[in-house]
Amino acid sequence: MNFGFTEEQELLRAEVRKFLDQNAPLEEVRKIVETPEGFDRHLWNRMGELGWIGLAMPEAHGGVGLDFVTLVVLLEETGRSLFPSPLLSTVIAAHAIQSLGDEAQQARWLPGLADGRAIGSLALLEDNDSLDPADMALRGKADGDDWILSGSKRIVPDAGVADCFVVAFRSGSSPDAISLAVVDKDSVGLSVSDHPVMDLTKRSGQLQLAELRVKSDAILGEAGAAADAVRSLVDLGATLVAAEAVGAAEAALEITTRFAKEREQFDSKIGRFQGVKHPLAEMYVDVESFRSLVYYAAWCLDQGASEAPAASRAASQAKAYAAEAFARIGIDGVQLHGGVGYTDEYDIQLYLKRSKWARPAFGDSDYHYDRLAAQGGL
Amino acid sequence: MDFKLSPEEEAFRDEVRAFLDENLPPDGERGPEFGAEWNRKVREKRWVGFSWPEEVGGGGGSLMEQVILKDEMAKRKAPSLGSCFMGLAWVGPSLIEYGTEAQKQRFVPDILDGKYQWCTGYSEPGSGSDLASLQCKCTRDGDEYVVNGQKIWTSIAMWSKWMILLVRTDTTGAAKHDGITCLLVEMDSPGLEVRPIKNMSGSSMFAEVFFTDVRVPVENRLGEEGQGWQVTISALAHERSGIAEFHGLMRNLDRLKDLAKRSMKNGRPASEDPGLRRRLVRAETKVEAMRLNGMRFLTKQLKGEKLSSETSINKLHRALLEIELGEIALEIQGSAAPLWQGAAPVADDGHWQRFALGWPEVVIGGGTPNIQKNIIAERILGLPKD
Ligand SMILES: Cc1cc2nc3c(=O)[nH]c(=O)nc-3n(C[C@H](O)[C@H](O)[C@H](O)COP(=O)(O)OP(=O)(O)OC[C@H]3O[C@@H](n4cnc5c(N)ncnc54)[C@H](O)[C@@H]3O)c2cc1C
Repeated sequence: MNFGFTEEQELLRAEVRKFLDQNAPLEEVRKIVETPEGFDRHLWNRMGELGWIGLAMPEAHGGVGLDFVTLVVLLEETGRSLFPSPLLSTVIAAHAIQSLGDEAQQARWLPGLADGRAIGSLALLEDNDSLDPADMALRGKADGDDWILSGSKRIVPDAGVADCFVVAFRSGSSPDAISLAVVDKDSVGLSVSDHPVMDLTKRSGQLQLAELRVKSDAILGEAGAAADAVRSLVDLGATLVAAEAVGAAEAALEITTRFAKEREQFDSKIGRFQGVKHPLAEMYVDVESFRSLVYYAAWCLDQGASEAPAASRAASQAKAYAAEAFARIGIDGVQLHGGVGYTDEYDIQLYLKRSKWARPAFGDSDYHYDRLAAQGGL
Repeated sequence: MDFKLSPEEEAFRDEVRAFLDENLPPDGERGPEFGAEWNRKVREKRWVGFSWPEEVGGGGGSLMEQVILKDEMAKRKAPSLGSCFMGLAWVGPSLIEYGTEAQKQRFVPDILDGKYQWCTGYSEPGSGSDLASLQCKCTRDGDEYVVNGQKIWTSIAMWSKWMILLVRTDTTGAAKHDGITCLLVEMDSPGLEVRPIKNMSGSSMFAEVFFTDVRVPVENRLGEEGQGWQVTISALAHERSGIAEFHGLMRNLDRLKDLAKRSMKNGRPASEDPGLRRRLVRAETKVEAMRLNGMRFLTKQLKGEKLSSETSINKLHRALLEIELGEIALEIQGSAAPLWQGAAPVADDGHWQRFALGWPEVVIGGGTPNIQKNIIAERILGLPKD
């Protein structure tokens, strides 16, 4: 029994932290997010070379072939430093291709995604803002072996910089008749636009598909049979978002604790007041607790089909707890700083904004609690 | 990360399962003789005091084996292992660490056999959270100590044969922790009086205990004079295993889900109320976090590291969940919630009403949430003491 990390994983953590501390401290992050693309191509490519983007992608296709538990270590660190990059989007899109795509499809897309030459993104959400395959309406019409897609995807992470999109579309009338297509950013009929965003470290945009033709070799798996895969991708996405939240929430706690040890009022460090120290203790309890849930969810995901129901449950628990707790940590973090917390200059507000991004990503707490209730015998 | 058991651990788990198959009838089919029979059998297996060294009659179980035993017992809703609750929780561990040979031989086997109960005389009217300020006076007179003062909130004092007692032997005002001594006191000692206190559920589980010139032989001192604080701390630390007390919460959650399906609220089964559904699974999520936190602590212990204040994380969860489950239980029952045992609309013979008034035992009894938060903030986050 060992619910901890291996020495290699701890080494990776130290290496990633060092890399990010050196290359992307928060002063740097603030500059990077103001650039048109919102991320640093040079650092991105180096991460590709280091094998971090392809960490959990198959070795046969340019990845490193490690597990999700190891990926969680990487994401805790990118979360901690609010590192702006399309890492999460690319990893999730790659996993869609890896889990449903055939050899040829994997060979076509994964190597580029693994080394950072290409950026991917999974496009699920539409106007009804639902992660449930049954609610997805973007229409696909069969035309011989091809599919013609029309509709829109309303909120797509890193849309503006993605080279390819994994697009979920409706290929039949039964609720589960959903397919996944890989759509190149240059496809005829595709228009991509960026959204203005609250958390500048997490870009997003939208897609319009007008009679966009997809060849059969870009459909992942069998047409109409991707609903379960979509659900698994939501499990994965929820877990990975929560993993970044562990790192970010922990950093917010550290920043606020440090402030409470320095700032003085009423002739005392404010950290002496229980109105300050108790919320900090609660933050600690919450971070440690959803950390445990995240680690376990990643482990369950790594077990594959044998633990699929457990993985789905664990992912929901991790994300539900993380979304709620991180949001409160963001607010308490700013509040405990007093006036300076509200300034652009102080960093704590960056974490508050990140918590706003993390809350709905791959389902907010209510979404996951409802899922848990339905699956848990209620 | 790996949750697999080693072959030896698996063999132990199978042994536990086989024992349960043979000796544990399903809940509800356990006859009047079952309790005594069960106690004898688990004692024979050395599963009472399973973590204690074999020399004193314990089971010498490894940490992992303790976890397995606890898990398997909980899964099958087995009764507790042993019946001398405080004896098993901290009196025994204190005796093992600080007791003389004679004390160990005299007391430990009885604790394991559950011959009688022990109670705990720590809190006083003026010393609760700030336990080290305790004032119960104790002077030495030859081979005896003479105790004068009062204890309060002493659980099961009226049914106990012995008490583990903290007194102040040094009143010179030196550091307050150093003047405290631990004594083992027989409850029928002359001058010792027990007055039960009625709690808000209407029952009396704890009492005030008054000491008037109570004489305690020096041989019944546990540890050295002035060492009482240390004895207490290490006994309480024994509680700090990585194994979280989540089993009871889990069991209650399952029962609450069932209750929600059976209870009508606002014209439909309570289990269909979206708010209640969310609260139930939210509580369940926290219990799961407790379980997994416990596994992380256990991993740390298995690597040979000592646990410290992080165990306050689960204590805090446990306290807040205890309150929340009681609230959920009442809200499920809607308008019947404020009724009491005997009222027709009340479910399960009033169990949940009593349950909803029972949280102080956990929430206040084991160190209040505020104190747990102080511990985390000061010892883990390094914030200044208040
Ligand atoms: C059911 C039950 C069983 C018990 N059984 C036993 C037993 O068997 N033996 C025994 O010795 N004791 C027992 N106790 C006593 C228990 O340990 C004390 O009640 C507990 O330590 C709190 O002390 P107090 O009641 O004096 O409250 P106080 O310490 O007076 O606390 C009152 C309030 O003030 C808060 N407070 C106190 N200090 C601080 C601080 N520094 N910062 C912030 N808030 C603070 C507390 O959180 C609490 O909300 C039992 C209690 C209960 C409820």
